[in-house]
Amino acid sequence: MGNDLSDAFLDILREVGNIGAGNATTALAGMINEKINLSVPKADILGFDELVNVAGGVEDIVAGIYVDISGDLDGVMMFMVDFNTAKKLIQILMGYEKKPDATDPSQFSDIELSALTEVGNIITGSYLTAISSLLDMTILPSIPSLCIDMAGAILSVPAIEFGKQGDTALLIESQFNLIDDVVNGYFAFIPTEDSYNNMLRVLSRY
Amino acid sequence: MCDIFRVGMADAKVCKAPDKLTTLGLGSCVGVVVYDEERSIAGLAHIMLPDSNSIRQNSNKYKFADTGIEKLVEMLIYKGAGRNNLKAKLAGGAQMFKFMSDSDSMKIGERNVLAVQEKLASLSIPVISSDTGGNYGRSIEFDIATSELTIKAIGHEIRVI
Repeated sequence: MGNDLSDAFLDILREVGNIGAGNATTALAGMINEKINLSVPKADILGFDELVNVAGGVEDIVAGIYVDISGDLDGVMMFMVDFNTAKKLIQILMGYEKKPDATDPSQFSDIELSALTEVGNIITGSYLTAISSLLDMTILPSIPSLCIDMAGAILSVPAIEFGKQGDTALLIESQFNLIDDVVNGYFAFIPTEDSYNNMLRVLSRY
Repeated sequence: MCDIFRVGMADAKVCKAPDKLTTLGLGSCVGVVVYDEERSIAGLAHIMLPDSNSIRQNSNKYKFADTGIEKLVEMLIYKGAGRNNLKAKLAGGAQMFKFMSDSDSMKIGERNVLAVQEKLASLSIPVISSDTGGNYGRSIEFDIATSELTIKAIGHEIRVI
């Protein structure tokens, strides 16, 4: 098990998360033409029961973009925004005068959903590109997939993936929000155990 | 007065009426209720994966359909349930994300449901009702006094099975 990661290594992984999320929020800020605050990232070893709670309440509605990662690094990348933020992003991207008044995700149109998926695609892509050049590792993301549902149900997907390997996973997370707090989002990067050992090997050369 | 016991991922609990059992935000996992109506005792397991034999790290019994249900039944009998009275209800096993590839790992919800059904059949525990599949998450609550399983999902009517 990889529970013996030292604090120094977790610090390095936090910095990796910061660089990824920094690049991604810059891309998002450019897209919506607003300033974005990025909180201090966290890197922790979590049990999967904790993993499903990281993005707030288990039953809160969130929009999640899921990307499978392969190449020199294996794992999962997730980008999540709360329901209100999803509506705000749709408003900005579609050029609507106000937010769509959907009360549940089935009321979004296909084009609205694909706009949201595209945001996720660009954002996760920017995050992974930054990490890839920092580590000089090839990272191949899968086609992103969108799901809007209860946070717990969405996070069960990466939890199950990691349940196959053990009872814990390394989670590198960053949160962001707009100055006026209308847009809140969350990045979760969950490399497999082999992969974070590889990352640490690369980083310890510096 | 009743207590509502919350079951987390890869966990299980057994209790008696008038208590209730709940698990929130089931995605591809399956919530399995096994109950003895006569003695008003029930257990709920939150199963994540179909098969403990295909995985090296399998010490957590409740994570898997095969070992999880076995252990749940053991615990029910230990707490006074009658082996021949046991019945089951299940919910969950959704496919949350539509992936381009239809690789095995992405059909985990469906595989979980099948594994649960097979395990229950091998123990001769009849499945009275179920609400599985689809592409949405579920929160479930089992009322031991009435044997009713209530299922909530976003954008869907509340169902009682």
